[in-house]
Amino acid sequence: MSPFFESILSQLTQTLLVVVLAPAFLGWLNQCRAWLQNRSGAGVLQPYRVMRKLFHKDAVLAKNASPVFRAAPYVQFSCMVLAASIVPVIETDLAFSPAADVIALVGIFALARVFAALAAMDIGTAFGTMGARREMLVASLSEPALLMVFFTPLLIAQSTSLNAIADALAHRQFAIYPSLAFAAVAFVMVLLAENARIPIDNPSTHLELTMIHEALILEYSARHLALIEWATAIKLTTYCALGIALFVPWGLAQTGEWQMLPVSVLAFAGKLALAGAALAVLETVSAKMRIFRAPEFLGMAFLLAVLGMLTFLLLGA
Amino acid sequence: MKIGNLELAAEELPGAVPAWGAEVDASQWLAASIHAEASGGRLLALWGSDRSDGAKPRFAVHAALVVQPGIIVMTLPLSEETYPDVSNVFPAANRMQRAVFDLLGLRATVPADERKWLRHAAWPPDVFPLRKDFLGDGSAFESYAADHIDDYPFVSVAGDGVHEIPVGPVHAGTIESGHFRFSVVGERVLKLEERFGYKHKGVEKRFEQMDCVTGAKLAGRISCDSTVAYAWAYAMAVESACGGEAPSRAAWLRALLLERERVANHLGDLGFLGNDAGLAFGLTQFSRLKEDMLRLNAAIFGHRYLMDLIVPGGVLIDVSAEESSRIRAECDALESELLLLRSIYDEHPGLQDRFIGTGRVAPELAARLGLIGLAGRASAQAWDLRAQFSCSPYDRLDVHMATHRNGDVAARVIVRFDEITESLRLIRAILEALPTRATLAQLPTAAEGATGIGWVEGWRGEVFMALELGPAGAIRRLHPHDPSWQNWPLLEHAALGNIVPDFPLINKSFNLSYSGHDL
Repeated sequence: MSPFFESILSQLTQTLLVVVLAPAFLGWLNQCRAWLQNRSGAGVLQPYRVMRKLFHKDAVLAKNASPVFRAAPYVQFSCMVLAASIVPVIETDLAFSPAADVIALVGIFALARVFAALAAMDIGTAFGTMGARREMLVASLSEPALLMVFFTPLLIAQSTSLNAIADALAHRQFAIYPSLAFAAVAFVMVLLAENARIPIDNPSTHLELTMIHEALILEYSARHLALIEWATAIKLTTYCALGIALFVPWGLAQTGEWQMLPVSVLAFAGKLALAGAALAVLETVSAKMRIFRAPEFLGMAFLLAVLGMLTFLLLGA
Repeated sequence: MKIGNLELAAEELPGAVPAWGAEVDASQWLAASIHAEASGGRLLALWGSDRSDGAKPRFAVHAALVVQPGIIVMTLPLSEETYPDVSNVFPAANRMQRAVFDLLGLRATVPADERKWLRHAAWPPDVFPLRKDFLGDGSAFESYAADHIDDYPFVSVAGDGVHEIPVGPVHAGTIESGHFRFSVVGERVLKLEERFGYKHKGVEKRFEQMDCVTGAKLAGRISCDSTVAYAWAYAMAVESACGGEAPSRAAWLRALLLERERVANHLGDLGFLGNDAGLAFGLTQFSRLKEDMLRLNAAIFGHRYLMDLIVPGGVLIDVSAEESSRIRAECDALESELLLLRSIYDEHPGLQDRFIGTGRVAPELAARLGLIGLAGRASAQAWDLRAQFSCSPYDRLDVHMATHRNGDVAARVIVRFDEITESLRLIRAILEALPTRATLAQLPTAAEGATGIGWVEGWRGEVFMALELGPAGAIRRLHPHDPSWQNWPLLEHAALGNIVPDFPLINKSFNLSYSGHDL
């Protein structure tokens, strides 16, 4: 098999893996939350059941919905699939990797968000507009912080390509980078904000007035809603995969290392399960903060990311 | 009797609570209100009645004032369809007067606010359902409802960047229907206006087709989270009208049920308050405690929410020694778990940040607008019937009233915790001293036109009932009054200056009744 086909194959496997397993990861996270709250929980497969239910329903659209409203779920889903394709999950040899680097990744997330916000305002309900406003407030603070987080590993690896960064961190001689510790903490904070998790947003709330992400999608139903829910799950999984690739990449297979694949799949699954459990703990012990605390929270993330970069530049570590 | 410096001819009403009845004229109506307000009294309820099958003249309005010695129920017979407005004395009267107009067509003169209150688009403006000549067969509504839009004139706020957020009556969660109109700039609430009446079921009209025995069942369903309080208030009103009394063991058992209802509701609220601040852990823990209680209720009393256990003349249940020890064991278990959960709530920085200072009702405002019940006690309005106008068995239990001065969500949480602790003590004390005698007594037959008063401190606040009997024990008029009438307007004030996402938390901290208000 030529290297090109190999990389295409590995790309497809990996994208498919993330897209298909993303709802299970969300289910696992919810299951951990349930256990931590002394509930028995709905099981890891619950998100699939919800999606199947939604795909079987007829979609209800507002009379004044424009094509933007119809297109937005597909745009969001495509963006997330693309994002999932860029992040190295089981091996670093990806056909798409030259196409987009970390900066583009931030752009892809932003594109999906812009469409979500436009669609929310499209119908003209108070909740959609309110959600769009809040989403943009959070985004305007989390995106710069995310970029700053990327700069530390980027400086270490001397590349903006995610594959190159993951490769460099995973396969060079083991070294402890204090700068990465700062970046990792900042990354977790950004992850919580970007994925509408507690303490910034509450994904399981039914209170329209407190919603951020949920308010954006209040008007969606059936397949549109299913796609958005799926995209949300992929986004969360991609973020966790990103964190794993940047901060704990050990176990990642290198180009052409087919024999390493089982190990790397197992390593990834284990790390993802741990990440889900850790997120569940974080979400269980914290309350949701007021929306106007979000700037402080994300400002802190930004500061930590900058500190990480400074540590690297000043200490070279 | 004296109200402040005003001497009013009044006769004492029989019954468990200190109450007087007085027939007044228009000037006394106003004067009594002003004197009551000036001497620290408050308006408990205001309602009208159509007496076409009883006294002359046809219409009358009634007001229950709480003054130093007890309740005074004023009756103002109306020769015309108007009566003096008291909403400038008691702001809480505003919505009650509007409801009186919607239901009976009796207009207060001249109120600042003449908008409809309970009437919606489904209901023509010249139809007054509580009048005796209204048949209630739907004939008046059919042609009307189809093409009328409910054009309720909300107060609008103008200005740069001000916009409105309409919320409800259909909500994203399973809650009762009410409409909230927010005028906001950014996230800050400039004005909140409520619109209710979506739960209007014609409860008062339905009572008029019942007699005082069958009415007990409906009374327990007016606002079902307070079913014990309503059923007790109803039984008290019937007993007061008949001149009878429930046996003392029945009174003690009623108090036992009432305290269990209080604890269960407070537990549920505390869980939801945590959940609304994003701490789902709190909801699951408190729900578990509440569920344990409800299951014990089902096991011992045969109903999870203690419905239909209190009837005029007594109670339909009894507690054996074995059941009594089960309840006591549950109290002990609950108390230790509660202590733990309280320390978790108290020491959770994220939760306290959301609670403290949110939805504050200052004591001065609460006093001026007449906040009562649990929310009132959290704003330094020290009213608790169990401590102040204690009927049997509370007169023997020395109830400790829980109060706080801050008036914010945190204060309402603290008051709830304190009240649970006190209720658990009361439950134990009741089981300790439960008198041994019958639980049900035969009530004497009431005379036509007899009136009675029921007044019970439910978990939300004072539940009040005024009853007038017709011939052979039929109900001529029954007015049930929920404390939510007084407290809903204060919620509008509590939300002012807060940010929109904090409103659900503030609303939950009041947790007022829609059904009991809309009737």
